[in-house]
Amino acid sequence: MLEYLPKSVIRMFIEIWGLTNFAGRYFKEVFKPPYELRETWRQFFQVGNKSLGLVGITGFIIGFVLALQAIPTLEPFGATSLIPQMISLSIILEIGPVISGLMCAGKIGSGIGAELGSMKVTEQIDAMEVSACNPFKFLVVTRVTATLLMIPLLIIYADAIALFGGYIALNLVSDVSLGLFFSQVFDALNLGDIVVPFVKTFFFGFTIGLVGSYKGYNADRGTESVGVAANTSVVISSLMVIIWDMIAVQVSTIIF
Amino acid sequence: MDSTEIVIDLVHVKKSFGSAEILKDINLQLEKGETVVTLGKSGTGKSVTLKCIVGLIQPDSGTVMVLGKNVFELTYEALQYIRKKIGFVFQSGALYDSMSVRQNIEFPLERNSNLSKADITKRVEEVLKDVGLSSSIDKMPSELSGGMRKRLGVARTIALKPEIMLWDEPTTGLDPATAREISNLIVDMQKKYNVSSIVVTHDMECTKIVADRIVVLQDGEYKHSGTFDELKNSSDEFVRSFFE
Repeated sequence: MLEYLPKSVIRMFIEIWGLTNFAGRYFKEVFKPPYELRETWRQFFQVGNKSLGLVGITGFIIGFVLALQAIPTLEPFGATSLIPQMISLSIILEIGPVISGLMCAGKIGSGIGAELGSMKVTEQIDAMEVSACNPFKFLVVTRVTATLLMIPLLIIYADAIALFGGYIALNLVSDVSLGLFFSQVFDALNLGDIVVPFVKTFFFGFTIGLVGSYKGYNADRGTESVGVAANTSVVISSLMVIIWDMIAVQVSTIIF
Repeated sequence: MDSTEIVIDLVHVKKSFGSAEILKDINLQLEKGETVVTLGKSGTGKSVTLKCIVGLIQPDSGTVMVLGKNVFELTYEALQYIRKKIGFVFQSGALYDSMSVRQNIEFPLERNSNLSKADITKRVEEVLKDVGLSSSIDKMPSELSGGMRKRLGVARTIALKPEIMLWDEPTTGLDPATAREISNLIVDMQKKYNVSSIVVTHDMECTKIVADRIVVLQDGEYKHSGTFDELKNSSDEFVRSFFE
C-alpha cells in the first residue's frame, strides 16, 4: 500500500515517527540522573535572557499598533473606553502567545538547529557519544527543558510589554491612568482566558526546543545540512505553533 | 594465546550504505598491548570499521566483540561502560568548540571518573604536559593550530586512561615534525599504559614507527597482514604500492 503514497507523504510520516521517538527519549532521559544542571542553567540564559530584547520590542509594537488601529474604529461609536478590554483579550488570548511563539521559533529554534547541526557535522556529537558522555542528555535534554520553561515566561513578558504598548498608544489620544487601564484589562479576563493561553505556551516551548534539537541532532554530514537543519527547524516549529494554537482554541471552547 | 588477551574481535562484519557495499567480510583480532595499523585506499571503509567497533555505526551482519562483549547486543548503559575503556581520536579532532582546552578535557573526566575537582585539574595538567599544550590550557580550540588541535584531541582521549585506542588518521594534515611527535606519542602510550591500538593512516612513516602488525583493506576485506618489512617486500603489487 505504501508504494501508492507520494514520497513526500512517506517522508512526512517518517519525520513524525522520528520526532515522536525523539520526544519519547526526552521524557525517558529527563528524570534520570545525572542531571546536567550547569548546562541547563546556561541554556536558560541562552534561551531566556538573550531573547528578551527581540520578544520585548515585538510585544511593544504589537500592543501599540493594535491600540492605534482600534481607536479610529471604535471612536465613532463612542466606545474608546472598551479599548483596554479589547487589547487585553486580543493579546492574552491570541496575538501575544502566537506572535511571540513564532518569533521564538525563528530565533531560538533556528539557533538550536544550527548549533547542534554544526556539532553533528564536525563529529562533536560522535565524540561525546564514544567518550560515554551521553550527548542526548547534555545537548537535547538541557535545551528542550530550557525552551519548555523559558518560552512561557518570555510570552508572559511579551504580553505585559504589549499591554503597556497599548497603554502608551491610548494615552497619545486620551488621558487614561495606568491603574485604570490595567484594572479594565484584568476585568475583561476570566480564568479560562488566562489558563488556556498559558498552558499552550508550554506546548510551544516544548515543540520549538524539540524540533530544533531533532533537526540538528539528526543533520546529515556536510556543511549544507547545517543550513537545512536551521531552516527546517523554523518551518516545522512555526507550523506546530499554529497547529497547537488551533487545538488550544478548540479545547478552550469545549472546556470553558 | 589465551582468549582473554584478545581485546577486539571482528567476525564476518559486513556494512553497506545504499547500494555501495563497503565492508564485505571484515575479520580482525587485536591483542592486548598490540598496535595494528590499517592501510587501504580512501573511502574503502577503514573509518567505518573503527566506528563499528565503538557502536557508532551498526554493521548489517557479523559480530563486533570488544573486551569480550558483543557491542551490538549491549544495553545503552552497558555500551557506555565499554566505551569508557576505549579512546577514539577523530581525524578532525572533534573538539568541543564552545569549551576551552581545559574544559574539553574536563568534560569526559567529570562524567566518567570519580576524581575530585582537584584531581581532575591535576590530570588535565598532566595530559596537557604529555602532549606539549600546557601553555594553551585556557585557550579556545579556534585559537589553536592544526597540530595543536590534533594533540588536544589526543589529550582529551588519553585523560580517561583507556585500554584501547582507535586512531583515525592521527597525522593527516600535519607537518612532518608534528606527525612524528604524534607517532611517538602512540608508541609512548603503548609502552606507558600497555594500550592496544588500531591506527588508520596513509602515513607510512607513522606506520613504520607505531605498527606491530599491518593489515591491508582491499575490496572490503583485510586481505593482507604482516609486519612493515614483510609487507614492504610483498609480492602483491597492491600492497607494495603503499610503500612506494
